[in-house]
Amino acid sequence: MVNRETTDLGEADATRSLRTPAIVLTRGVETEALSNVGEADDPQTVFSVRGLDVHYGPTIAVAGIDLDIPARQITALIGPSGCGKSTFLRCFNRTNDLIPGAKVSGSVLYHGLDLYGPQIDPVEVRRRIGMVFQKPNPFPKSIYDNVAFGPRVNGQRKGLDEVVEHALTRAALWDEVKDKLKKSGLALSGGQQQRLCIARALAVNPDVVLMDEPCSALDPIATSRIEDLMVELKRDYTIVIVTHNMQQAARVSDRTAFFTAEVRDSGDRVGVLVEYDHTETIFTAPSDPRTEGYITGRFG
Amino acid sequence: MIGALFCCAALSVAVTVGIVLSLIPPTLEFFTEVDIFAFLTGTDWAPLFVPAKFGVLPIVMGTIVVTICAISVAVPFGLGTAIYLSEYARPRVRKLLKPLIELLAGIPTVIYGYFALKFISPFVQNLWPFGDSPGVFNALSAGLVMGIMILPMVASLSEDALSAVPHGLREGAYALGSSKFEVSTRVSVPAALSGIVAAFVLSVSRAVGETMIVLIAAGGTPNMSLNPGEAMQTMTAFIAAAGTGDLPQGSTGYKTIFAVGSLLFVATFMMNVFSNRIVRKYREVYE
Repeated sequence: MVNRETTDLGEADATRSLRTPAIVLTRGVETEALSNVGEADDPQTVFSVRGLDVHYGPTIAVAGIDLDIPARQITALIGPSGCGKSTFLRCFNRTNDLIPGAKVSGSVLYHGLDLYGPQIDPVEVRRRIGMVFQKPNPFPKSIYDNVAFGPRVNGQRKGLDEVVEHALTRAALWDEVKDKLKKSGLALSGGQQQRLCIARALAVNPDVVLMDEPCSALDPIATSRIEDLMVELKRDYTIVIVTHNMQQAARVSDRTAFFTAEVRDSGDRVGVLVEYDHTETIFTAPSDPRTEGYITGRFG
Repeated sequence: MIGALFCCAALSVAVTVGIVLSLIPPTLEFFTEVDIFAFLTGTDWAPLFVPAKFGVLPIVMGTIVVTICAISVAVPFGLGTAIYLSEYARPRVRKLLKPLIELLAGIPTVIYGYFALKFISPFVQNLWPFGDSPGVFNALSAGLVMGIMILPMVASLSEDALSAVPHGLREGAYALGSSKFEVSTRVSVPAALSGIVAAFVLSVSRAVGETMIVLIAAGGTPNMSLNPGEAMQTMTAFIAAAGTGDLPQGSTGYKTIFAVGSLLFVATFMMNVFSNRIVRKYREVYE
């Protein structure tokens, strides 16, 4: 395995890249190697983003983002529609690669490894960095097969029952579905479907869980269950969440990044990062007037 | 206005019903002259000779053999084409390729027939791996070309079904670390299965019903054999051949045409019912 002794905060290993997909970091290794950096207010950096631009064909969607995501915390990305926060989130697991014409430049370091380095296999990246989408998207398969999908794709054949039970338990869904694992995932309510999608993401044992407005299609009760779940999960996982809902960011996140769309001279609307700080600071003493304007509801 | 539109819709239904009804009386008359059990189980088919023999199995067998040849070309290549177009091809390639493939469906079947006879049949004769090489007229050549003919239909219908699978499902699978191939085979194809099976069934119906290619290239001899290298006659080829001959109206030979037509109709109808059941049982509903 990769020797992680020398890895410290962020940029140290900018040049290191994966030799083979098999040596993408495992959670155990990195936890051990990084445990000596232990100040509560200065947690380990999982992602270190520098000078990130995203283009869709000829138009630029997001420009010049610099940002560090700490481990085992919840980082919220907020901002008005069209500010590029979802586009930015998708850079962390290379789902932008799936959109024809999308191009990411700048660097995204994941534990010091450049995710866009030439030897990185995007499929392997997505195994480590899970994602939950805005609209619950369970597969049209049974609840069991939904959760077992990721482990099966990763070649696991034995012990699936335990993996499924564990993942569903972590996603606070086990008690509701344990007697109907053979039923279709689509027979569940919207909130249950979203928790099934979270369970599905957890079943491959990711390091990071990205959530793209996971509650926007849910009612308040289901939303509050998912929020409780996020807080519960951050003990073991790094979570990055995009949300439209400022109260949600304030309730669950440790850090908040505020994005907005700037209109360039060319007429393009470009997403930029305005301010990134502890959530409390963003909501009580923002340093940028645009942040203050947004959180007090004056625009956006 | 609504009435006129209703008539448009009713026309095709009325024609179908009319055709089916017109099959019934001559078929019933036929079975007063020929025992139905002997018809369905007999292995000698010579209805126009003296003495006439009315065992339908040889031309049923011919139909089955040609259909199997056709399906074994059309389904794998058609499905492969569909998966390529919907999952792998860039939008520009897809836009160019799909109409080109659909163009294949516009070629008259008589051209396919001679293509089978003059182009494919020599290949089959030269490359035949077992024993004596087949004659110029053989079921395999006709079946292979029929497969090429129905390939665009399988590809086009399957591609429609695959494209209708919501993109969110694919993204969900990618986010779990699936490769493109895994996304195609484990998410897209299962979710589109009902449409793909429908394409499969339709292609079997097309193969069973296709006449011109077999008439030209398969030879006209009823043959109780499973060997696709031999000349065979299918049910449709018999109907076409007998129907264009000078059979006196009302003779037993004349009524044979209707009996075989009824059998064809019942066979395809039952296949459709059966496949509907299968689709309902196995499909993955995604909305």
